[in-house]
Amino acid sequence: MTTFLGVPAPRGVGHLRGEHSFPDAARGALADSQLRRNLGHATHTIRGKRASVVGELDDWEQLRLAGSALKAATMARLDEHLERLEREVTARGGTVHWARDANEANAIVTRLVQETGETEVVKVKSMATQEIGLNEALETAGIEAHETDLAELIVQLGGDLPSHILVPAIHRNRAEIREIFLREMPGVDPELTAEPRRLAMAARAHLRERFLRAKVAISGANFAVADTGTLLVVESEGNGRMCLTLPETLITVMGIEKVVPTWQDLEVFLQLLPRSSTGERMNPYTSAWTGVTPGDGPQTFHLVLLDNGRTAALADELGRSALHCIKCSACLNVCPVYERTGGHAYGSVYPGPIGAVLSPQLTGVEDNASLPYASTLCGACFDACPVRIDIPSLLVKLRARHVDEQRARTVPSAEAIAMAAASWVMSSPARFAAAEKVSRAGRLLGRRTGGIAALPPPLSAWTASRDAPRPPAETFREWWARERGGAS
Amino acid sequence: MTAREEVLGRIRAANAAAGHPPPPDVPRDYHRTGSHPAGAPELLALLRDRLVDYKATVLDAAADGVAEAVQIALTEVTGPVVVPPGLPAGWWPDGLAATRVTDDGLSPADLDATAAVLTGCAAACAVTGTIALDGSPDQGRRAITLVPDVHVCVVRAEQVVETVPESSPRWIRRARSRSSADRRPRATSSWSGWRACTARAR
Repeated sequence: MTTFLGVPAPRGVGHLRGEHSFPDAARGALADSQLRRNLGHATHTIRGKRASVVGELDDWEQLRLAGSALKAATMARLDEHLERLEREVTARGGTVHWARDANEANAIVTRLVQETGETEVVKVKSMATQEIGLNEALETAGIEAHETDLAELIVQLGGDLPSHILVPAIHRNRAEIREIFLREMPGVDPELTAEPRRLAMAARAHLRERFLRAKVAISGANFAVADTGTLLVVESEGNGRMCLTLPETLITVMGIEKVVPTWQDLEVFLQLLPRSSTGERMNPYTSAWTGVTPGDGPQTFHLVLLDNGRTAALADELGRSALHCIKCSACLNVCPVYERTGGHAYGSVYPGPIGAVLSPQLTGVEDNASLPYASTLCGACFDACPVRIDIPSLLVKLRARHVDEQRARTVPSAEAIAMAAASWVMSSPARFAAAEKVSRAGRLLGRRTGGIAALPPPLSAWTASRDAPRPPAETFREWWARERGGAS
Repeated sequence: MTAREEVLGRIRAANAAAGHPPPPDVPRDYHRTGSHPAGAPELLALLRDRLVDYKATVLDAAADGVAEAVQIALTEVTGPVVVPPGLPAGWWPDGLAATRVTDDGLSPADLDATAAVLTGCAAACAVTGTIALDGSPDQGRRAITLVPDVHVCVVRAEQVVETVPESSPRWIRRARSRSSADRRPRATSSWSGWRACTARAR
């Protein structure tokens, strides 16, 4: 019997793989001091708000434990919950479609839009549709997709890619946003200032007319309740609610892991999510809909259930817990690596600590091999995670898998050779003592700062992104011999 | 094989490959209720505090004084005011200069021409400052509370609960009944950035 290893998300479509490895992409980001300032300011602000509202609940840990168990229980019976969801949505007038991957989901949505005869759609911010590159697919088919979330609009107008799960334009400051609006927004007031309120008003004016005339909307979903067939979207601006209410046709693209078994489960997630993501007690807008309601809201509803590598992640005993993610982005905001590199360096629409474990599992580790190393393993992400995903352990496991896959290659990597050499040296006391003496030659470097910024090749690969400590004047063995006179 | 069969098959194979992890019991020892019963004065004070924090205006009203409070809430509104077909009798202020428009399926453009909306609600959660609407006759279609800039929402004291677990069953109630086609849950929170007023009947 062969082991099921899953079918990863296909190449050549969507935004799960970057063009460069994380260290290469991060180098450019780290050199951008404006970007680092924007990110530092934004992540610290959200971090503070989160800590304050999480501190208000004395049952936060119990909620986390419930959320974690709920997700694990859902995954264990995922097929049954999805079938139930399909049944309930269908019974209430919705149509359910299944998509094996990004290409299939894009084709389904494109066909559904074409069947309405419309050539433009409004969009609710959604990670799933970013993941599959839906906007690009629609554009190829001559359909214009208008993002309506303020930050997503900034990204779209700027011809940019999102860099944060919740705040996709976190890498932009208000002066840059003003520039983008002046350049890209038709009919915008040329006197527009960089005041946040004025910028939001300009976006609202730009969008309002689109909301009122839109016939088709496309959304994602935060939750889908299997036993009632109810879909939920939570948001801050009300743009989502506009899209979910005013158009005639609504198409929702949802990852299969978003289903929750019962309505009662929402009482856990509707506490965990807003406090973790925006640092609010409740998100300003929560919209729930069940199939089609005659005379109220969209009269045609399509739900597209998306796999795109999720079952590949599900097949991994440990890695499957990455699918518990409710996309709150708390782990991004507390991550010392994300705070400095920003989201683009990760190459995937899922950046930060959760992205570093989720993206390689969706694509297969070798397609995102550098991401498991994009972490200091400090553990802040686990503490912040509202569903207790043990991200550091998953990262270590993915690193091990990457090393195993490298080992299977005929030509060993430089790292594998170095590790083999280290093993040979460290397995003999005499060889280790000799190596310690040799390392003292390194004291010629780093005399001024106490650290070595650049070693000669091939060790320069190590110091390309970190400093090496200057070797000590005396080894431990020498110190021991001197202090204890050879006595044991 | 259809995509449906294939995805479901992959899920089953994946769960098998992961060793069929059993579904764990879900510990529900978080607070399922608050310290105060629905409508307690402490909850009304907390809700007011939260709503004001969201820049809403909160007015108090006795059970027979709703129309009076609504009139004050709508003082500065000059355009038409849309109301749901099931607006309770006695809520509309007779002395109001603004035109009353009862929703009968107004188009988005029609709604755009209205200045305010007056509705009831399904529940309010004091801890989070959230007001939930579920499309009942006193609340109407979702669109009417979405397009106008001002929403005057009457919250009855007994509709105010303390925690999220106490409030969410109140806005799903209508979804559980399968008998009628229009029983669908929908909900809204308060209105960030837009002017909103809440009259409360005691």
